[in-house]
Amino acid sequence: MIDFGYGLTPSSTLKIEDVRLPAFGELLRREPDAAKCIACGSCAASCSAGVFTEMNLRRVILSLQRGREKETLPLLRHCMLCGKCQLVCPRGVNTRHLILSIGKVYQLEEDKR
Amino acid sequence: MKERILAAYDPFVLPFVFGMTFVLAYCLIALVKVLIQLNAADRRKFALSLITPTTIFKNIRDIFCDCLFHVKLWKRNKVLGYMHSSIAFGWFMIIVIGHIETILYIPERLHKMYYPIFFRYFMEEQNTTLQGSFFFFLMDFFLLVILSGIAIAIVKRFRSRIVGMRRTTKLTLTDRIGLYSLWAIFPLRWIAEGFTAGVAGGSFMTVPINWLLHNFMSKPENITVAWWLYSIALGTFLTVLPFTRYMHIPAEILLVPMRNAGLPVRHTRKGFSLAMLYSCPSCGVCIDACPMGVQKKNVKDATVYMVRNLKRRNRKRSLEIAEKCLMCGKCAALCQVQMDACGLRLAYRTSQERKQNRIPADFGYLNAVAPLPRTETEGKVLYYAGCMSSLTPVISRSVQQVLRHAGVEFELMDKDGSICCGRPLMLAGRQDEARALIEKNRKLIEESGARILLVSCAICYRIFKEHYDLIGVEVMHYTEYFNRLLQEGRLKVKNSHQTLVYHDPCDLGRGCGIYDAPRTALRAVGQLVPALKEREESICCGGSVGSLTLRYEDREPITRGALDNLTANNPEQIVTACPLCLKTFGRYATVPVADFAQILAENLDND
Repeated sequence: MIDFGYGLTPSSTLKIEDVRLPAFGELLRREPDAAKCIACGSCAASCSAGVFTEMNLRRVILSLQRGREKETLPLLRHCMLCGKCQLVCPRGVNTRHLILSIGKVYQLEEDKR
Repeated sequence: MKERILAAYDPFVLPFVFGMTFVLAYCLIALVKVLIQLNAADRRKFALSLITPTTIFKNIRDIFCDCLFHVKLWKRNKVLGYMHSSIAFGWFMIIVIGHIETILYIPERLHKMYYPIFFRYFMEEQNTTLQGSFFFFLMDFFLLVILSGIAIAIVKRFRSRIVGMRRTTKLTLTDRIGLYSLWAIFPLRWIAEGFTAGVAGGSFMTVPINWLLHNFMSKPENITVAWWLYSIALGTFLTVLPFTRYMHIPAEILLVPMRNAGLPVRHTRKGFSLAMLYSCPSCGVCIDACPMGVQKKNVKDATVYMVRNLKRRNRKRSLEIAEKCLMCGKCAALCQVQMDACGLRLAYRTSQERKQNRIPADFGYLNAVAPLPRTETEGKVLYYAGCMSSLTPVISRSVQQVLRHAGVEFELMDKDGSICCGRPLMLAGRQDEARALIEKNRKLIEESGARILLVSCAICYRIFKEHYDLIGVEVMHYTEYFNRLLQEGRLKVKNSHQTLVYHDPCDLGRGCGIYDAPRTALRAVGQLVPALKEREESICCGGSVGSLTLRYEDREPITRGALDNLTANNPEQIVTACPLCLKTFGRYATVPVADFAQILAENLDND
């Protein structure tokens, strides 16, 4: 859709070409649990860092799949790896390893550019 | 008594001499390498410990107890203890007696390294004299001791269950060569000395073998064949020794003083760690110990295989094993050479974290956390519930209830969201980030003016103890503190006579050595029944934050295994002292699981 620049709210269009599929594929290879997330938000609700910051694992995972990781990846820097999200996750996602892997995979991508 | 071979030399000694020279040279080079790789501070610490009288005494005692008598193994398994100490101590005694004989009879030959070993061949001693028969008897006695040990070793290799080991290590090719040559040495020695029993003298082992194999042993041309074979077996064993698990024999002698000097693990395979890797005897005790062993696919993730991969510089596999481990420390607690298995894994994780690029951490937001209200009251308690406890509010609530009952003045440290203690970051290998959290928490605690920091999470407690260095603040786990209140009579409880089983959380038990405080307190409120395996052998609940890659599905069998262990004596209630264990057990337990504080709070005597 063409953005004429007159919208009241910022465009929420998702562009398939923005999704970094190789990076997400590499993430899935390192931590297959990335595909298990149902975006229920339990992790965000229980997050220790979330009390002080905008840290929200659910949003990070969603944004990775939608090619909008730029805004959300820096949130991961606040993570204290305490593992509460892992305890509450109804899908049993290994969130701590997922966070570590996202950090490595996407930083690697960043370095390549 | 006379010298049989006047030249005091025969070519058959050559394999032995070659093997022995090689081993000595290899060990010397390895020793220098280990010492060079230590950093300056550690080297000074090590050197100092070598001249401190108390450590000298401790070193000597430990070397004898660990390397020769295998006291630790005796305590664990009598058959295996006998097997190892009979071979180690018996062989040691044979070498010592050989030297004593040489010193007594022909001291001028002592400089030949092979002479005491092949003493019987070169010297003709008679068993008709008191002295002669005494030494013959001693030699034969220790030979019998070793042969009995070897017999158990052979049985163990093929049927390990008979000697009480479920699984035993899968050996490498060089290990096998070493093993078979070790088995061959002593029967060959027996036969070789059987010959000399015919020409000189012998005792209850060597004389009968001479009689039994009389046709073979009466032919003089067979003598050198037997001694050649004995020497070749010795030479083979000694030559392959540095590349086999038998390297633990010389390495442990270095490891004991290094360990007693209190050196930390700083690297995965340098310095102290290298000495530790060499010291692994691949006995396989860690295989049965590992809680992940409930699934057969995890057997190869035991410490013994990690050590092997580290030795071979197999980085990929080492990292896999290092990241999968639950860090419960059970293998280290049971390890015969006290291998710091968790330390090695942590060193590996840290080195990997430092190497790889990743999104850097940013804990700047912590600066905005307001300081705690300052208290001037003497003996005021600061209670830190920790992250996990906010998911198990019953713990925090019960702790507060008990504290109020005892009339203790306290302050909550993390009622508005907690700052993590830093241990999870540390376990993930992010030492520097963990430091940032530690500094922040330390500042908060020290500025609060509290004298006692009460912690209800075993994970937090361990890092508070090990890495915080809080000045003027006593860190106490609630099991310790409540037990103290009970002993002082400030806390009054009634006994419900309910049967309880106590689960030792890894970080509290093996990590900090607290086993008795919770048990003493629980005996006051109920009837404590034992688990199958407890104290330092307790089984991890499977929820550990120590493991980075272990999947949710693979944690379940561990939890179920741990629960089976706890419920063996049909308790009415499982009690644990860690929010993570409580949460993990709660998922699958058929017996109600409660927290330590919860049980105390339920049984408070309000009269």
